Order: sequence, then structure tokens, then C-alpha cells
Amino acid sequence: NIKEIGPGVEPLASKMAGADSDDSLYPIAVLIDELRNEDVQLRLNSIKKLSTIALALGVERTRTELLPFLTDTIYDEDEVLLALAEQLGNFTMLVGGPEYVHCLLPPLESLATVEETVVRDKAVESLRKISHEHSPVDLEVHFEPLVKRLASGDWFTSRTSACGLFSVCYPRVSSTVKAEIRQHFRTLCSDDTPMVRRAAASKLGEFAKVLELEYVKSDIISLFTALASDEQDSVRLLAVEAGVSIATLLPQEDLEALVMPTLRQAAEDKSWRVRYMVADKFSDLQKAVGPEITKNDLVPAFQNLLKDCEAEVRAAAANKVKEFCENLPEDSRETIIMTHILPCVKELVSDTNQHVKSALASVIMGLSTILGKDNTIEHLLPLFLAQLKDECPEVRLNIISNLDCVNEVIGIRQLSQSLLPAIVELAEDAKWRVRLAIIEYMPLLAGQLGVEFFDEKLNSLCMAWLVDHVYAIREAATCNLMKLVEKFGAEWAQNTIVPKVLGMANDPNYLHRMTTLFCINALSEVCGQEITTKHMLPVVFKMSNDQVANVRFNVAKSLQKIGPVLDSNCLQTEVKPVLEKLASDQDMDVKYFAQEAISVLSLA
Amino acid sequence: TEPTVRAEKVDGFPRRSMRRARQRRSHSSSQFRYQSSQVELTPLPLLKDAPVAELHDLFCKKLQQCCVLFDFLDCVADLKGKEIKRAALNELVESVATSRGVLIEPLYPEAIKMISVNIFRTLPPSENPEFDPEEDEPALEASWPHLQLVYEFFLRFLESPDFQPSLAKRYVDQKFVLQLLELFDSEDPREREYLKTILHRVYGKLLGLRAYIRKQINNIFLRFIYETERFNGVAELLEILGSIINGFALPLKSEHKQFLVRVLIPLHTAKSLSIFHAQLAYCVVQFMEKDATVTEHIIRGLLRYWPKTCTQKEVMFLGEIEEILDVIEPSQFIRVQEPLFKQIAACISSPHFQVAERALYFWNNEYILSLIEENCQVILPLVFGTLYRVSKEHWNQTIISLIYNVLKTFMEMNSKLFDELTASYKVEKQKEVKKERERAELWRNLEDLQERRLQSLTEASRNQKNLQERENTTKSQSETSAANTT
Repeated sequence: NIKEIGPGVEPLASKMAGADSDDSLYPIAVLIDELRNEDVQLRLNSIKKLSTIALALGVERTRTELLPFLTDTIYDEDEVLLALAEQLGNFTMLVGGPEYVHCLLPPLESLATVEETVVRDKAVESLRKISHEHSPVDLEVHFEPLVKRLASGDWFTSRTSACGLFSVCYPRVSSTVKAEIRQHFRTLCSDDTPMVRRAAASKLGEFAKVLELEYVKSDIISLFTALASDEQDSVRLLAVEAGVSIATLLPQEDLEALVMPTLRQAAEDKSWRVRYMVADKFSDLQKAVGPEITKNDLVPAFQNLLKDCEAEVRAAAANKVKEFCENLPEDSRETIIMTHILPCVKELVSDTNQHVKSALASVIMGLSTILGKDNTIEHLLPLFLAQLKDECPEVRLNIISNLDCVNEVIGIRQLSQSLLPAIVELAEDAKWRVRLAIIEYMPLLAGQLGVEFFDEKLNSLCMAWLVDHVYAIREAATCNLMKLVEKFGAEWAQNTIVPKVLGMANDPNYLHRMTTLFCINALSEVCGQEITTKHMLPVVFKMSNDQVANVRFNVAKSLQKIGPVLDSNCLQTEVKPVLEKLASDQDMDVKYFAQEAISVLSLA
Repeated sequence: TEPTVRAEKVDGFPRRSMRRARQRRSHSSSQFRYQSSQVELTPLPLLKDAPVAELHDLFCKKLQQCCVLFDFLDCVADLKGKEIKRAALNELVESVATSRGVLIEPLYPEAIKMISVNIFRTLPPSENPEFDPEEDEPALEASWPHLQLVYEFFLRFLESPDFQPSLAKRYVDQKFVLQLLELFDSEDPREREYLKTILHRVYGKLLGLRAYIRKQINNIFLRFIYETERFNGVAELLEILGSIINGFALPLKSEHKQFLVRVLIPLHTAKSLSIFHAQLAYCVVQFMEKDATVTEHIIRGLLRYWPKTCTQKEVMFLGEIEEILDVIEPSQFIRVQEPLFKQIAACISSPHFQVAERALYFWNNEYILSLIEENCQVILPLVFGTLYRVSKEHWNQTIISLIYNVLKTFMEMNSKLFDELTASYKVEKQKEVKKERERAELWRNLEDLQERRLQSLTEASRNQKNLQERENTTKSQSETSAANTT
């Protein structure tokens, strides 16, 4: 009830009646009333309009009334809290600019201790955002104490949130405060609860980046080593990413002593999750440690990951094969690939797990550019061919979708004999998504294989897709035709495609007749005025008498679509009468689309 | 331990048949492949034939023999070795279970080592990333023929009358327990069943580990709720907790209350609630029966996390509320009746008939009905509007007749109040509509105001800019004129 807002706030209705005597008085009352509403949606709406309220209140009353109110009433549903946490990140101007930005800290501090992760993360994000708007003095007076309070909170949630705030205030505070911050971070890295250690481990790299090099060496390394040998693998795996960041910060000569022992250990961790993480970050790691360590350490480690006993790890490593090879030092790249990597890759081609094979298939073609023509023909081609015959469609598809890399090196002809059966099989795959994927590569394949090969082998496939029983496939097939015409030209279209497409206009199935119209929509522009007027338009006109209303209103839509291609005489004398007839059709949809076409083409 | 409160599939589609039938898969952990060299096992003499003097020595040798691991994915590999180990394990189980005086001090470290080597392993990745415990068959542990016997041995070991906690605690330590808890994530239900019983015994016998075990279970749950949403053993852990809660001393320690409010209640938000809801509701009711003052925390917590879109979960929540109301103290009921019956009213107006039906069933419960009757003055006004409206609007005949019954009950309870509410129903409706209009009006005005403020702000800043520019130009003009004059 609006009139029972409580003491201190005047009833709204009287304010409303008092017109604009002092309209700045009611927004807070509105908010309070709305925030107490039983309907969450209404509470959510009012929080989302918080900036409206603040703006109406003005900066001073926002600081003195709105923010304290919000700080005191944070006991709502997480969804409302999330919206609040987000809003407050953009509130600096509404409280009076950077000078007053610290007023936003109390509500955000409470939000950063909430249980729900999304709310907390959003509060931390907003805190990070407004930390940059603090002056160095305010940062030490207001912001840093908040971080300290969170870091020593009772419940794990506040300590987790603190982990994300150290790195934003560290660079801009005095050296005494810096020492305190380092100490707090250290404490959290050995926290009792794994949740906090995970949060600390995930922020370790970020924190290392803002530290002075001496402290990276003295503090961060020991923390990294400890987290990387935590009893819980969920902590250890987060340390891997931190290790990569730390490695980029250290001078080359310190890497071996400070980070490599730990990273080597991670690559052989007993938990597959940690090894997976190493595989997943392998390219970054390679860049971070440089060519020498790569040659001596990472190559054998990578071989082991490619041969790992868990498929998850092998798949992650297989994904990195191309990138790893690309980034090998040039002087020894070919030797390393040929003697160390390729033997593992060969084994992966016949892996027992399809995810591993398909991960490999998505990158293996990239090796041909690195190894050059002769090696590709001798060593890689057999692998490509084997994968093209793989039982799993995803593997074949990944090979086909990366043909362009091979095309540049050895030309596609080498593959075409194996390619064709693979394409045909994928084109008829029982899963429509697989068919859709192969259709999308058709224009590319057509370009690489040439018009003759296409006409001979693939054209019939493209036409078959037009009558697929899944609409998405028919739709993709029409789009495919348009792209083919763009490649091979209008004349080719007129000879090979257009007759077949127009022939479908007499099909007993109305869905196929509609496909004719969809093809015309797609093709008219690329085929040009002459073909459209001479060959397509008569068919469209004829279809305006179709007995199925869906076909008739698609005729109207088609005419609207191809109108711009036609000359004005044709529009006036031929198209207009047809549309007018359709506009008086007994079906309301046909009428609607005919009228729309008339008005769009300005034929009224 | 199938959950008893399991909502029926309501859409009528046979989901399982729509999916590709998955055959039972088995997987084995990667631990086997880490064992460097494969040792050939040779059969040892039988324990029962051993002279007493050599019995312990032989027992120890058998334990060591059982530390060898075998590849079970390759089902024909080293069949002889597998059989020797199986027989040895069987003997060990038998011996611990039946004969007295076998468990002497030097055997403790050997036994715990054998158990650790066999059961502790990083669980393999789930082969089905979208594994749905309700729909899919779990992947079974391939090495179960051995693993089961190791678990059986461990259980007999703990249950043996010779078992001495003071000796065991040196080997069954915090690190051991932590690894044991991680195994609860196993997809294999047989393994989790053993783990449940074993952890229960450990908790019962090793008093020094109790607080640690509770804390680690907390961590597992918190991670499950807020980080991963995946952990296969939630139901089993809750079952153990159910019996632990039963044994809590009164008054409840704040640690235990915190566990209720910050862990058990938030567990209700999990997507996979249906898998462990029965065990969870049992724990919650246990808490209430221990200490009635936690009732308000529980009810308000459940109301806070009330499902908004998942009707299947809503039905489970209603079931739990009924379990709670079954044992609620009348004084506690009064404290929560208002928010509670607002939610129940909302459920009654759910278009999903199972939700509405589940809520209306409360009126069939004698005890709840008596609570409602005692507080009719408060409750009837809360639900009347909904009952009245839904009785005219609901699509489902069963719901309508259930509502008529409820209305009839109320009429008999307090006919005067009932008549008053019926009479004022229309007026109340109109008031609501008016309030809605007023709200819209308020926001419109507020937005106008914002518009005006924004406008005046931009104007002000524009004016200021103009003013500054003018000042600048006059300044530079005066500067140039000053320069000219010199």
C-alpha cells in the first residue's frame, strides 16, 4: 500500500497532488515502496532503474539517503542483488564524481560477501571498475581498508572476493601498504578452505604482473610452488595458468631455476585435470619460456601429452599441434616435427577416441604449410586420406573444412579421389547438422576443384539438397546455389542450375514448388535482369495461380524481392496486374503480402 | 537409496526412448598405466593352512601382493595374476571377518597402504560430458572385481572387534580421509555405496577426525553449489550427515547451525536436486526435530530459493514443506505462516496442475489443517483471493474440485470471515488495479523528471562550456591586444 511507507517519508499521493512543488522528494519513497513489493519482478525493475532514481534525487541525496538505504536493505533475491551490483559500478557520476566515489564502497562491500557466485563476481567487477576512479589518497583511506576487511572475513565468500581486488590497488599505494597487501595475498594462498585457495591461484598471475620483479622472485615464486603442489587438483590446475604468466615476467636466465621444476611436475601430475590444463595452455607456455627451454623441455613434455592415457588430455594436446609446430624455433623446426611430433601425430590418427581424432583433424592440415610440398605429399597426405575415411563424420568434416591450407601447398587434386566419396557420404549423413556443415563448404570446394570437376561430380548433390526433408538444409542449399553462381557466373547458372530449379515449379509437393521460389529469390540478383525476366519471371507468374495459399503468398514475396532487378516497364505492365490479382485473393495472408509488395515496389 | 519423493515425468514423452540408447560403459582409472613394471604374482599358501607362528607374516605378504594393480580394460591381460590377487583378497576379507587376533599392530600400516594403493586414484573424466544421473546409465568401474574386495576388506577391517582406533588413527589421517571423500564423486553407484558405509564407520570410530570430516564435506558441498554443480556422491554424503545430525548435542553449536543455513539450505538450489532431495529433506527435518528454533531459518531459506521456472522442483519443495509442517511446533508455525502461505497461494495459482495439486493436498493433512484452523484469521485472508480466482479460472477440473473442498473447509471453519472476504473480493480487486495504475503513473513521472534533469544538466554544461570559451576568447583577445600595444 503506497500510503504506508513509514515514518519520515511523506505519503506519495499528496506529493503527486502538490504538483511540482518539490518533486525531488518522492523518488526515494517510490524506490522503498517498490523494493518492498512482493513481486520480485517489480523489485528487479526498480533496481534496474536505479540510475533514474539517483538522477532525480540529485547527487547529495543519492549519497546521504539512497546509498545508506541500499546498504541496509541488502537481503534480497540474488537476481535483484546482481542487478544492484552491476548498477553500482556505473554510479560514479551519480554520486558526484570521483571525489565521492568511495560512497559506493559500503553497499558493494556487502554484495562482495554474498554467497551466490554471480552476485559476488559482479560486485568485485564493479569494485575493480570504480577503484580506478579513486584518487591515490582515497584508495589508501577507503578502498584498501575494504580489501583488508574482506581478506580477513570470517566466511570464505569475502576472502574469495578479496583475491580479485589486490591487483587493482597495489600499483597506486605507498610501499608500506604494498607490503601489507602482499602479506594478505600470501595468507589467502594458504587459506584453510580450497575455495579461497582456488580464487587466490586464479588471481596469482594477474597479481604477479603488478608486482615489482624482486617481489615476483621472492614472494610469487614460493606461492606458485605451494599452490602447484596443493593437495587438491582443482587448486593445482589453476596454478598452471599462473605459471605461464609468471614465466613471461621473469628474465630468461631465472626461468630454469624458478618455474621450470614446477611446470615439469604439472605436466606429469597424477591428476588428468592438471595435465589437461598444461596441454590447453601449451602454446602460451611455449611463448613464455622461449626457444631453448622449448627445445629441451617442452618437446618431450608435448610428446607425453600427445600419448597421455586420458583421451581428454590427448585431445587438448592434439588441438595444439599446429600452433606448437608453428612456434618452434626456425632452425630446428623441421627436424623436431619430423622426428618427435609426427610419429605421435601418426598414432593419433588411429586413436580410439573420436574427440581426439577430430581435434587432430581440425589442425593437422595446417602442418602442410609448415612442412612444405615434399614432406606433405610423403608424410601428411596418407594421414589426411586416412582421416577422410574415418568412421566419425566430425573427423571427415574437419579435414574437409580445412582443405584450403593444403590447397595452397600441394593443390587439391592430390586429394580429390578420396575427397569425393567422403563428401558424398557426408552429404547423405543421417544427421542434418552434418549435411548443413558440408553444404557450407561447397562454395569453397567448388572454387578449389574447378567447374568441370564440380559439374561432373557435385552438381547433382547440390540439387538433391534442394529437396531435403529438413527445411534448414533446403534453405542452406538455396544460399549455396547463389554462392556457386557468384563463383561460376550467370551463363553457367543458365545452363546448369536454372532449368533444374524451374523444373521443380511443377512438382506435386508444394514444399518443392516453394523451393523454386526461394531459389529465384536468391538467384535473381546474381543472374541479372535478362535471365530473371526471360526465364524466371514467367514461372513465378504461373505459380500465382497455385492452389496452395503458401505458394501464392510466396509468389508475392518473390515478386517484391526480385522487383528491383526488373525494369520499370515490366513492373508496371506485368508484375502489377499479378500482384493486384493476388491482393484480392481470398486468403488473408496472400492479400497481406501482395499489398506489402505493391507498396514496397511503389506500384500503387 | 532411491529418492522416495520423485516427481513423475509429466509431459508424457518417453524420454529414454527418444535418446540414443546408451549401453553400459565401463571405464578404468589411469592409475594402472602409471605402474611402471608389471610384477608377476605367484600364489602363496592359504591363510587357513598357515601355522599360527607364520600367520601374520603370510597375512602381510598377501597384503603386499594385493598392492599390484591390473589392467581391467584389457579383459584377457594377465588372467592368472588377476585370479591370484582376487583369491588373496577373498582370503584377507574372510580372515578379518571371522578370525580373532589377526589384526596386530604391524599390520595396520600394511593394510592401509594396500587399501590406499588400490582405491585412491584420480577419477577418470566422465565419458559423457552431459551425464544426467537421472537419465543415463553410469559408467562402471572396470576394476570392480578387485576394487569391491578391497572395499569389503576395508569395511571388515573397520568393523572387526579387534580394530583399535588408537592404532588406526596414525594411518587413517586427514590426508587419507580427504582422498576418501574425493572418491564419492565416482560415477559407479556400487563404489559410492561402499564409501558411504565406510565413511560412516570411520566417523563413528575415529573421533579425532569428526570435525575435519564435517568441514571437508562442507567444502565439497559449497564447491558443488557455487562452482561446479557436479558431484556424484551428494546423496550418499547427505545420508551420512543425516545420522550425524541425529547425534548432535543440544544446544546446537553455531558451527552446526551455520552448516544448516549456509550449506544445507543452499543445496536446494542445485539443478540436480531430484537426485538427493529425499536425503536432503531428511537432514533438514532432523535439524528441526533437534532444535525447533531453527524452523524459521529453514522456512525462510526455502522461500528464498523457491524455484521460479522448474515445476518439478517446485513439487519437491512443496513435499519438503509438508514434511516440515508435519513436525512443526505451533509457536514456530505462527512465525512463518504469513510468508509461507503467500507462497502456497502462489503455488495454488500455478498453471501447472501438479504444483497446484501438491499445494492443495496440504488441506488433506490433519495436523496442517489444525494449524490452519487455529490461525484462520491470518491465513484465510492470505489465500482467499487466490482460491476464489483460481476456482473460476483453472483449466484442470481436479484442481477446481480440490479448491471447492478447501473453500468449503474454510467456510466451515469461520463462516463470518469467509462471508466478509467474499463480499469485499471485488473491492479488493479494484484496489489492486488502482494501485497498479498509480505505480505506472509514478514511474512515468519519475522518468519525466529524469528527462528534465538530464536536459538541465546538459544545458548547464553547455552554458558553462560557452562561458569558458567566451572567457578564453576575450582573454586571448585581450592578450593579443596587450601584445599589440607593447
